[in-house]
Amino acid sequence: MSPISAAPAVAVRRLVRRYGERTVIDGLDLTIQRGEFVALLGESGCGKTTLLRALAGLDPIDGGSVDAPGRPAVVFQEHRLLPWGSLWRNVSLGQPEEGARTRAAEALAEVGLGDRLDDWPRNLSGGQAQRVALARALVQEPELLLLDEPFAALDALTRLRMHQLVKELIARHRPGVLLVTHDVDEALALADRILLMRDGAIAHEIRLSDEVSIQAARADLLAQLGVLPADRRQSSPASLSQTPA
Amino acid sequence: MSLADPRVRGGYALAPKPSLRASSARTAGRAKAADADASPRGLLALSWAAPIVVLIVWEALCRGGYVAPHVLPAPSKVVQTAIKLVSTGSLFHDLGVSLLRAATGFAIGGLIGFSLGVTVGFSRVAEAAIDRSVQMIRAVPFLAALPLTIIWFGVGEGQKIFLVSLGVVFPIYINTILGIRQVDPKLLELAQVQGLSGGTTIRRIILPGALPSILTGVRYALAVAWLALVVAETVGAQAGLGFLAMDAREFLRTDVIVLTILIYALIGAGSDSIARVLERRLLAWHPNYAKGAR
Repeated sequence: MSPISAAPAVAVRRLVRRYGERTVIDGLDLTIQRGEFVALLGESGCGKTTLLRALAGLDPIDGGSVDAPGRPAVVFQEHRLLPWGSLWRNVSLGQPEEGARTRAAEALAEVGLGDRLDDWPRNLSGGQAQRVALARALVQEPELLLLDEPFAALDALTRLRMHQLVKELIARHRPGVLLVTHDVDEALALADRILLMRDGAIAHEIRLSDEVSIQAARADLLAQLGVLPADRRQSSPASLSQTPA
Repeated sequence: MSLADPRVRGGYALAPKPSLRASSARTAGRAKAADADASPRGLLALSWAAPIVVLIVWEALCRGGYVAPHVLPAPSKVVQTAIKLVSTGSLFHDLGVSLLRAATGFAIGGLIGFSLGVTVGFSRVAEAAIDRSVQMIRAVPFLAALPLTIIWFGVGEGQKIFLVSLGVVFPIYINTILGIRQVDPKLLELAQVQGLSGGTTIRRIILPGALPSILTGVRYALAVAWLALVVAETVGAQAGLGFLAMDAREFLRTDVIVLTILIYALIGAGSDSIARVLERRLLAWHPNYAKGAR
């Protein structure tokens, strides 16, 4: 592991978020270190996107605190490129004007689109557009990178290539990462730590390490998500920790 | 941001396109699908044959004395008159006067419409304060204000520029609001996470996003401006194309009148092409405009 500085990329304490009467996030705690890749799994409506939006500063919070140094970068499910901006203009959106093109060129080269600086977004495939969105996030050198199901709309092959690319880029830039996803295998492929969210709180946590086999972690996650039969849920590996509800 | 309300949507934006060329192209396309064995070149020739035949018949009727020159001049006579008026310079003088009126009125009306549109587009308070009144005025056919403008301004330049401006304000106003309201809320969220300031958000996201709609407004406004000018100049003027026509009426010079009508038509078509060139240039990023695919 490369040196991790003292302050975490984000520290969430007793976070509460309500929509009207409904409490979507209920006293959630979460700390992500710099260089740490955390995946957040959970069924639709469990509050994972709500959590990401709160961390991104897109939604107000109704209780608790979110401490993050600097502004997090976000990659959404849709690329959200400005159709009227060339690729380098898109990547440098919000960046200081000076040297913007050079920095955008470097970021685009990192995602394999270094020769498309002046191209329009409409000429890109889905995977390419998402790579530009990734470059736009990383050019900010964020301490916290929020990924909101960024590969969900891609075809299977492109998704696998994106996983590889993201791994490389994260290893180089080492932000703290929170990936919201539906895909258990995606979480297993990318994350250091997998959180399972249920009813507005972290219900389960798996720290992937050399001691935990992917197979065991996968079986455990599927059981927790109710995909595997209940009797197998009882025999979850001892190495997995259960967070207090 | 919510979508614009139905009053706004029902305006110029959804009205049929005024372009004659576009509609004839569409008709040709449909006909081609119907009988596939006709060659495109043959169809093109046929589409030009009809107006040419009309011209020939018209010429023949005039030369044969079936139509009196003071009712309708022969096409050749109109051409001769055009050459004569060009050589004396009076045609270009009147044309210049008319174009200047249209341009001034367009600039004033466009600026007012755009400013009001931006204000209302961004502020619900401004919308509450302004929009209903503007929509009420818009319900009045602006040419109905003609007698009033003559009392206010006489038949001088002010009256013409006022009438043109009045016609231009509404299409620009409505389409500017529509454009601003239709900007993708997801891109506004993006602006927020990228940490863009309010000014940068407007410059980089809202105005470019609203531009297609604003340019549609410009296109309608150009057509309206020209119509307003024809009406204003015909009622009374000391110079300009309308003056040329009304002056000719005194002397039963139908050739001059027909010539001015033709020039009005040409300029109307020309201004529409200008609008389309603008669209193609400014909206190069837009898939619908990029390859002239309209």
